Order: sequence, then structure tokens, then C-alpha cells
Amino acid sequence: MNPVRKQRLLVVLAVLIGLGIACGLMFYALRQNINLFYTPQQIASGEAPLDAQMRVGGLVEPGTVIRNPDTLDVTFGLTDGKGRFTVHYQGILPDLFREGQGIVANGTLVSRTRFEAEEVLAKHDETYMPPEVQEALEKAGHPGAKKAGEYN
Amino acid sequence: MVWQTIKRWYHMLGSPRYFYTFSSALLPWLTPIALLVFTVGIVWGLAFAPSDYQQGNSYRIIFIHVPASSGALMGYMAMGVAGLVAVVWRMKMAEVMMKAIAPFGAALAAISLATGALWGKPTWGTYWQWDARMTSMLILLFMYVGVIALQNVIRDPRQAARAAGLLAMVGVINVIIVKYSVEWVQTLHQGSTLKLVGESTINPAMKYPLLISMLGTWLLYAVNVLVRARTEVVWRERRSKWVRKLVKGGGQ
Repeated sequence: MNPVRKQRLLVVLAVLIGLGIACGLMFYALRQNINLFYTPQQIASGEAPLDAQMRVGGLVEPGTVIRNPDTLDVTFGLTDGKGRFTVHYQGILPDLFREGQGIVANGTLVSRTRFEAEEVLAKHDETYMPPEVQEALEKAGHPGAKKAGEYN
Repeated sequence: MVWQTIKRWYHMLGSPRYFYTFSSALLPWLTPIALLVFTVGIVWGLAFAPSDYQQGNSYRIIFIHVPASSGALMGYMAMGVAGLVAVVWRMKMAEVMMKAIAPFGAALAAISLATGALWGKPTWGTYWQWDARMTSMLILLFMYVGVIALQNVIRDPRQAARAAGLLAMVGVINVIIVKYSVEWVQTLHQGSTLKLVGESTINPAMKYPLLISMLGTWLLYAVNVLVRARTEVVWRERRSKWVRKLVKGGGQ
């Protein structure tokens, strides 16, 4: 290769590698802030600050959803298998909200076991399949089967 | 032997005149194929694919959202490579290509963000969250706009290409962040459904229309790049003999 081009290539590669490392370090340093939410495990271990605005994420614990029949108040347990706490929310839940579903809630941690949510967002995973396939999987007791929803 | 062939292609396609003849022969074939593949994928996905067990019919926006996002990411990678060639080897065709790739990619990035927001409202309950995937995708759109702006703000096209090429290369780091953001950090956005290695977590009845609409979008992107590059080549070579002859002959 022509020496001028070779030098240009080396300079460009050096700049790119340098910037890449800088971005990598920045990403690593900011990792906790880039995470959209705290997990129940982090709440249990005391990593998340009390009384501060934050987001938490986890799975809605089956059998723990309690709705007040007269108001929009709802409480449910949030878990990731390594920690759990109760979330209280007043408002309309998204369509995908159901037991066993991943959700993200925005609000404040009142104590290590109670979270007051102002907003509840539903997460969905990367699995897509027709309802009939899901039913067949569930019938066969396949481990990949998820709880069928009421959403159609 | 293979290396020799690649090298010959590189020099041949590096010649604006050869590129013009080559693309003249390619476009009449590529355009109808691209339109056909795109239409088949979109119609199959939107009208005939089964509904999803969790999201019902609202998941169908995937057939627009995923092809647009993948096109925007691939286009940026291609623009980054063209930028490298333009900066290091000062190849004219790479400069032309960079200019041809940017607008469609920016449009796809915008479509990806818009369809993502529309999809997010019914499924997540929000149009927008500052999570890593969405924020990095917004930065991708800004990078595209930045490259287009640099190309237009500097009057000398060769100098403009060097500046824009540098920005295009640096932005490739962001493409990697977009791609892996859902794996490295916690996001509201789902993880990858289609995987390069391993089994995809989507039923085949939905996967095939998705893959076809992705292919259709990429082909349409290629058609758009070729058409734009031809216009740019003719403009840049306007003083050359072959372009003068071409113009006199009414484009034949």
C-alpha cells in the first residue's frame, strides 16, 4: 500500500480504536445509570435508595394481584426470584399487565418491601406465536408455554 | 485468484463510468424484484400471518418496524465502510455512495422510531422511555442527519466527503451500541427475536413474512442507493466527455 494511504489508515484506525475504548469505558462507568430500572434483587440488597424517584422492574408474582373493587387501587408482588416487594398503584394498568408478566414501574420506594408506583408499564419478551400454538404448548405441558392472557 | 477478482471489481466499480453502465443494466431487474418481494412480505405479514398470543393484532407493526430498523442499521454500517474508503483511499465512488446511502437510512431510522412509539403505547403503555435502545436509535437518526448536513454545508464535494466520512465512521460505534443495548443493560425494549446464531423465538408462520419484508426493504434501499448514486455520478462528471455524450443522446 502507498505510504500516504497507509499512514491515513493507521491514523483513522487509531482514532476509531481510541474512541471505541473511550465509549466502552463510559458505557461501563454509566452502566447503572443506563439501566432503565432496579431489579427486586437490588432493592432487597439495599442498592436502591429509599424515597427517591426511580424505576423498578420484575415479574408480577402470580396470585398476589389484589384489586380494590371500588377504586382503581391495585397491589401486587414484584419478584425476580432473588427478591420480592409489594407495589401499590392507582390507575389503569396496560393491556399486557397480568400475572407472571414482566413490568416496569415508575415511582418511589417507601420501604425495602413497598413501592408506590405512579406509572406501570408492561414489558413483553421476544417470543411471538399464534394463540393456537401457545394453547397446544400449554396443553402438552411444555416448559416454553406461558400463561395464556385474556388479551385477544 | 479470489483476491484478484475482488481487486478487479473494486477498480471497475470505482470507475464512475463503469458504475453508470453497470447500474443501467442492473436497475431494470432489481427494481421490480424489490417491489415484488417488499409487497409479498408486507401483505403476508399484515393480512395473512396469524395474530400473536399476547399482543393480538397490534404486533403486526413488527412487519414495518423491524425491516425499517434493520435497514437503518445496515445502511449506516455500509456508510461507515464507504466513509473509511473515502477518507483513506480517496476513492470518488465511495464519496458518491456515502451521499447516496444517507437519505434513505435517515428516513428508515425515523420510521423505526415512529412505528416503535405507536407500538409502545398499546403494549407497554407509553410512547417513549429514555431506555438504552430507544435513546441510541435516536442518536442514530441524529448521526444520519449530521452526515447529510456535513455533506451539504461544505461546498467542495471532496472535502465535504472527508468530513462526513469521518463522522460516518465514528457513528459505527453507535450502531454496535444500538444492536447490543438490549443485551448489555436492562431496557423496556424486548431482546432480539431474530438471532444470527441459535433459534429465533418467533413462530415460523410469522418469521417468514418478517424475513421477506426485511429482504424487500433492503432491496428497495439498494435500488434507492443506485438511483441516487447515478444522479450524483452524472453531476460530478458533468464536464467529462462521456456524460456530455450521454446528455446529448437524451440519456441513452
